[in-house]
Amino acid sequence: MKRVVIGLAALLAFGAARLPLEIHLDRLQRTAGFRATSLDLPLREQIGQMGFVAALSGFRSLVAAVLWIEAHNAWQELEWGRMAGLLSTVTTLQPKSILYWDMSGWHMAYNASQAALDDKKRQPSAILRQRAQQQYFDLGKKFYLDGLRTNPDSGALWEKLAILERDKFQDHAAAAHAFAEAASKPDARPYERRFAAYELAQIPGREREAYEKLKALYDEGPTQRYPTLVHDIKVLEEKLGIPTDQRIMDAEPGSAH
Amino acid sequence: MSSPRGPLFSPTRIWALSVNTLTELSRMKIFYFLLIFALVVIGNSFFMARLSFEEEFQMLKDVSLGAMSIFTALLAILATAMLLPKDLEDRTTFTILAKPVPRYEYLAGKLLGILLLLAISIAVMTGLFLLVLWLREQSVLADIRSQQLPPDDLANAIASVKAVTFNANLAPGIAIIFVKAALLASLTLMISTFASSSIFTMMIAIAVYFIGHLQATAREYWLEGLTPQWWTKPALAFIALLFPDLQAFSLTDDIVAGNPIPFALFTQTAALGLLYIGVYYLLACFFFSNREL
Repeated sequence: MKRVVIGLAALLAFGAARLPLEIHLDRLQRTAGFRATSLDLPLREQIGQMGFVAALSGFRSLVAAVLWIEAHNAWQELEWGRMAGLLSTVTTLQPKSILYWDMSGWHMAYNASQAALDDKKRQPSAILRQRAQQQYFDLGKKFYLDGLRTNPDSGALWEKLAILERDKFQDHAAAAHAFAEAASKPDARPYERRFAAYELAQIPGREREAYEKLKALYDEGPTQRYPTLVHDIKVLEEKLGIPTDQRIMDAEPGSAH
Repeated sequence: MSSPRGPLFSPTRIWALSVNTLTELSRMKIFYFLLIFALVVIGNSFFMARLSFEEEFQMLKDVSLGAMSIFTALLAILATAMLLPKDLEDRTTFTILAKPVPRYEYLAGKLLGILLLLAISIAVMTGLFLLVLWLREQSVLADIRSQQLPPDDLANAIASVKAVTFNANLAPGIAIIFVKAALLASLTLMISTFASSSIFTMMIAIAVYFIGHLQATAREYWLEGLTPQWWTKPALAFIALLFPDLQAFSLTDDIVAGNPIPFALFTQTAALGLLYIGVYYLLACFFFSNREL
């Protein structure tokens, strides 16, 4: 008994000695993007007691994988509401996974929204179907925005948001901003700067800014001189009344790839 | 320095004991769980073939590393919990300790044997996981190559597949799984030195496992004073000081999602793990030194 008491005291003393180390390591891990998941009561309601225990015990990725498969099944069965709930849980469990945010946003903004618009059997009213479609656009956008809150340096997510803003919301200012953000990230694609400028060119009042960006790209050389870029510059030259000697030469077709 | 019983700490004796422990555990057909792991990984990869390759590879990594974490944790707790009671039952302990083998060497040999078992298991599971991942990658690449794509598109497609398959961060992630399992083995060994049966050891170790994953929350609440009642503060302090912070070793979930682990963070996490292992071993020696056998 005496030994157990001494052992317990030693364990507590060890606990006190390692406390600063643990606090330091905890801070380091959080700074490096670990331990970002909030395992709270709403999550417990979503994944059930067993799933919550598993997630708490260090098997978050495994629980997320199982729920992703369930979401995939819901997709095949066209159960969009259930799928949305499952995707939300998966992204809560694995907030650092770009793939989960990306695919969740895509499923909602493109697949679920189109299905909602086409589902005349469940909803005969065209207005209500369009409303449902809009709600799924918003939900898709929410996935991208939430993903970016956890992963602000993900160029891939900024690009997906930009495409959504451009194609579904027709919000060129938001699309230009998102493409520009994507272009500034470490995983940027070469076309994103160009796409940001294309979107700027569509915004009334920002023609000068768009022209300068497009012209700067044009001046980088033939690899940037795509037909759309040349066309947009020409339109803006006309709009802004650029002097003839400062205008670009007509681009030869096929000079860009 | 030598005593009439030989050197104070003999690596040869410890090695002999650890190899013996490993052989003993192998005879208990403990490696059969690797078959279950193989079924999980291979079965999972066939099932996932209907997903996009990015999803498939992500799932494969999630499931494989998750299964690796579960199996090693279970193996560390269950195999270690059985060691001392089995030796006592077989009377092997008496034979060994009657020879000039100090108790701390006996425990070191047992712990090292378990660590060898865990290392072999993780190596086999890692090999299997990487093989399945490589095979799936080759299958996707063959599919892409069979399509008549322009050279630039083909190069981009191949680069995209390769980018989501292997990730250098998987190696430290797997190493952390080993450190966590080694910590659990050391902790279980300590419990078994004063426990009355292997069932008791297992139950306590599993309870510590679950509480250990909540220790960081208890610590945070205790230190930040987020306690509604007066008595919760000492209770939380007790949990924070007594139990290990196992969340500190649950980095694989984020690594598998693509979060890179800086080298300094990896070494400090591993160092904390080694500290736990060392202290639990010393306490095990303390409890076992005067135990009536």
